[in-house]
Amino acid sequence: MSKEQISGADALMRSLHEEGVELMFGYPGGAVLHIYDAIFNQSKVDHILVRHEQGAVHAADGYARSTGRPGVAVVTSGPGATNAITGLATAYMDSTPIVVISGQVKSELIGTDSFQETDMIGVSRPIVKHSFLVQKAEDIPEIVKKAFHIATTGRPGPVVIDVPKDLTDPNYKFDFDYPQKINIRSYKPAKTGDPKQINKAVKLILEAKKPVIYSGGGVIQNDASAELTKFAKLLQFPVTNTLMGLGAFPGTDERFLGMLGMHGTYEANMAIHNADLIIAVGARFDDRITNDPKQFALGAKKIHIDVDPASLSKIIQADLPIVGSAKDCLSSLIDELSENELDTSKLDPWLKQITEWKEAHGLNHSMLEIIPDDGKILPQQVIQSLYKETKGGAFITSDVGQHQMFAAQYYFFDKPRQWINSGGLGTMGFGLPSAMGVQFAFPKDTVACVTGEGSIQMCIQELSTCFQYGLPIKIINLNNAALGMVKQWQDMQYGGRHSSSTYGNSLPDFAALARSYGHIGMKVKKFDELESAMKECISLKDKLVFLDIDVDPNEHIYPMLEAGKAMDHMHLSKEDKTW
Amino acid sequence: MKRVIALLMENQPGALSRVVGLFSQRGYNIETLIVAPTSDATLSRLTMTTKGDERVVEQITKQLDKLIDVVTVLDLGESDFVERELMLVKFKKESITEDEIEKLEAKVVFVDNEIINLQFVGEPDKLDKIMEKLDKKEPLEIVRSGSSGISSNSKTLTI
Repeated sequence: MSKEQISGADALMRSLHEEGVELMFGYPGGAVLHIYDAIFNQSKVDHILVRHEQGAVHAADGYARSTGRPGVAVVTSGPGATNAITGLATAYMDSTPIVVISGQVKSELIGTDSFQETDMIGVSRPIVKHSFLVQKAEDIPEIVKKAFHIATTGRPGPVVIDVPKDLTDPNYKFDFDYPQKINIRSYKPAKTGDPKQINKAVKLILEAKKPVIYSGGGVIQNDASAELTKFAKLLQFPVTNTLMGLGAFPGTDERFLGMLGMHGTYEANMAIHNADLIIAVGARFDDRITNDPKQFALGAKKIHIDVDPASLSKIIQADLPIVGSAKDCLSSLIDELSENELDTSKLDPWLKQITEWKEAHGLNHSMLEIIPDDGKILPQQVIQSLYKETKGGAFITSDVGQHQMFAAQYYFFDKPRQWINSGGLGTMGFGLPSAMGVQFAFPKDTVACVTGEGSIQMCIQELSTCFQYGLPIKIINLNNAALGMVKQWQDMQYGGRHSSSTYGNSLPDFAALARSYGHIGMKVKKFDELESAMKECISLKDKLVFLDIDVDPNEHIYPMLEAGKAMDHMHLSKEDKTW
Repeated sequence: MKRVIALLMENQPGALSRVVGLFSQRGYNIETLIVAPTSDATLSRLTMTTKGDERVVEQITKQLDKLIDVVTVLDLGESDFVERELMLVKFKKESITEDEIEKLEAKVVFVDNEIINLQFVGEPDKLDKIMEKLDKKEPLEIVRSGSSGISSNSKTLTI
């Protein structure tokens, strides 16, 4: 049978379909017009038109984070490509599997400073797992296959495919044949951990008296939450999650310590600081966790499990490094440990100590019961109200700043992939477009974007996309009329000089703005309006609701680690600190 | 501490820029870098010298290995190895005598009435010393290749 002859653009769409892609986010332009015609001429892959390429990449990212399947975005050359950069960097820092297809000028024009030309491969090089510049139309199927394989395996990450316009020309056709298998000789990510290392880990685990499991985004990426939970429950070890790892272990479990790090809970940071064994799984000891690495958990042995060998001993020397996927390594550990008799009673003093820390300075999860005299709403109360009304079951995306930390601290995430935020890069503007990706993947679920009046304005144009496609996202805007986290640092370290962190009286009426985009806009100013407004917002299942809530502008987020110190050095409130 | 790292990478456009970019991106230092295709035309072999303690070098090799285009990496300092560098020097013919050339164990690779080009091959330290001596004789130009290296046991850098 003779093979079918199709163009490069058609081959691209067929290849995406072969990879199981159901929808892609993008924005057309000159260099991708052939591709857009091919999109028009097929019905297997839906295309979502965003309002800015940054939104396309964040939406693809949100789709990937919530489903575990790769997200896809398509952008044109030049400004389309450069607008995608923030999205790529965001995905790279949080290791999410996305594939970005960027148009490029015609092959013959590359290097001539032609119209809308940017060296996308060069510009994106430090923020992608890998990239491909297509040089022959016939290579497109194999490159797509490789791109998805690289993006989704090992430590996942974004991959760019840069496609010169002439290689998608509808008049040039070739035999389409999608490869079933590919072999990349230089890329063989490890899966199973070395059995010798696993055995050594078992020994350390059985000896531990003050253990903590510290798990990160890698556990979620690797779908290893069930194994992590089983492992922790088998041993009765307490668990703390990084910002990226929230949901990997049930947030409502009694052994859960909350998040650790800069704005981690008192008990999580104290447990890490005083532990004799830290089992790090799919986490990378980044600076928002360790504070000063030289003073980090000096009394603890560290077992570090990661699929990326370069993460091991990068910042904190691992006493026992294990290269392998979280799922496989945890399964091996569970198997080995099950053969041993486990004496969990020796942990009692440690667990008692942790309970005491929690009782002394743990977060107050009943703040809705505190009725303020002045009627001002605290941001924590908003998150607790959201948690109550969504019964803990919503997908929560967030932007970056105080609201993000309040959401991370006060919403209990019981399931992986429920909490979607830009942890590594800290990208303001991520919340709304990533929520679009989540809502497309889960049209029936409640998707709430917890944001602030600063962050939301960085990608607010996507309200138009939400209306076009009928996305009923709930935007919970913690409006403190200031760049809250910047202002907090200025309060704490710069004598309260609020340099460019407030807007004067220039903020828009967000509720009216949302209405002008065709959505429902609601404004909440007083505490006694909060719970009924939240109830109404969540109950409007088919509508996007923009809930603009005035929160106390003077509230700070605590605990907060003191810079350059060990993890037991925390500010607990404006007045109280631990040292 | 100086370290010599050798690697094999895919001989394709963009591969070298990923390797070089990694160094500036992660704040590592490249002292010398040398790259050429191997007998297998799909592969290039690259040798670089860098400075750093054990931990930095471990990170460098891991980060290099992580690049998709890099097939295999070897920290040559892990075992005995031979390191060699090529140096070419240009003089005005009257600036240097045949005696001096002989003493320096240089090879004359070009000569005419005005110009003489000398070639030196050796360990980088040895070339440093020669260069110091040559500097006094006002050479017109000195060019060094950077180090190339090969391990001197049965360990090979192959795929």
